[in-house]
Amino acid sequence: MAQRLGYLKESPSQTAGPYVHIGCTPNFCGIEGIFPVDLGASMVNDKTRGERITVTGRIFDGFDAPLRDALVEIWQADCNGLYNSPSETRGSADPNFTGWGRSPTDLESGVYAFETIKPGRVPFYDGRLQAPHITFWIVARGINIGLHTRMYFGDEAAANAEDPLLARVEHKVRVPTLIAPREGDTYTFDIRLQGENETIFLDI
Amino acid sequence: MSNVVPETGGFFNRDRKWQPPAYFPDYKTTILRSPRKALLSLNNTLGEMTGPVFGHGIIGELDNDLINNFPGDGGAAIGQRIIVHGRVLDERNRPVPGALVEVWQANASGRYRHRNEGYQAPLDPNFGGCGRVITDDDGAYSFLTIKPGAYPWPNGVNDWRPAHIHFSIFGHGFAQRLITQMYFEGDPMIWNCPIVRSIPDDDGIRQLTAALDMESTVPMDCLAYKFDVVLRGRRSTPFENRLEGN
Repeated sequence: MAQRLGYLKESPSQTAGPYVHIGCTPNFCGIEGIFPVDLGASMVNDKTRGERITVTGRIFDGFDAPLRDALVEIWQADCNGLYNSPSETRGSADPNFTGWGRSPTDLESGVYAFETIKPGRVPFYDGRLQAPHITFWIVARGINIGLHTRMYFGDEAAANAEDPLLARVEHKVRVPTLIAPREGDTYTFDIRLQGENETIFLDI
Repeated sequence: MSNVVPETGGFFNRDRKWQPPAYFPDYKTTILRSPRKALLSLNNTLGEMTGPVFGHGIIGELDNDLINNFPGDGGAAIGQRIIVHGRVLDERNRPVPGALVEVWQANASGRYRHRNEGYQAPLDPNFGGCGRVITDDDGAYSFLTIKPGAYPWPNGVNDWRPAHIHFSIFGHGFAQRLITQMYFEGDPMIWNCPIVRSIPDDDGIRQLTAALDMESTVPMDCLAYKFDVVLRGRRSTPFENRLEGN
């Protein structure tokens, strides 16, 4: 026997369930007057620096049906590649950009959407630059533990080609599951939970 | 907010054998909603080590008082009055100050205020079902609510959820993001629930079971349950971010 290390175990995750909106976006589901606004509903204001974009899409189950009761959160750097977080030590991020957004999928169509800006490049843990990307976290009924993934930008082919995370993908045919095509100012990032085109999810 | 210098190291790996698997067929909805391919594993990058922070300024006076924060007809929520309190810690057993804790739950009869809800039990006009609180410098939080009822759900022919409160927690890094549920000590339905049973280790189930805490009750007013939440721990920084091969 040896001394105990004394670490605790992370609390086990449990599904967010079908009524995640009550706690996370109460105004969206008609519970008004408790919180003035739903957190994460707005990421930008008039002074936010960077190129304005819309990020939207749907999440499909193994039968190609869109999830209409999911919650999507995103987290991203500002236009200079800095995160608006106390743990950011490389500089001060744009104070007019939260970097964090939260969107329920529409109760009918299953569409989520964020009005945001295109992020700058951020170094990987070994110092190489990553391509611009947005971190995604998805919870819903039937998802026991939140799913982490990333969206890359379809018009950043050169940066994507040298991205260290994408380079780690063994089956290159799966890389496009992380890349959102651009049309006008809108990037569409559809997420597939299963099937031939299952999105790459991260253990990170 | 705390005056402690923010930490910047990577987070401990998530123990996937301790966490519930994505695919757990006894909980039928997981069958079509579980990724089947291997997760891509890699160290945290800045996007996981950083995370949004919510100032105490967003918190309203009644945000952690679910009995009184939705006075539909001017009254208080019906049900057994309870305090739920505890600390948000990390795997190093250190407090996580400034953590945003969001909670939601059914009312005393097991009914949620939601348009997709179909259970025949009545709504309580004075119960919205959500609250939020930010942990103090010691990682502590508390809120006042009513004990939620159990309710049936369409999974097996006669499956019931044990009484529970949903918790959503933001720590200091996006890698710590967690949603879980709190159960109540002594509830026999905990051990029959497929959602609970998706947790592989019984000690994990006990970790989500709040203890009746008589020392924190308010005599002649309300009972209390203590529920600590543990988020992923964080490595110290001196040996982080080395070039691979060093």
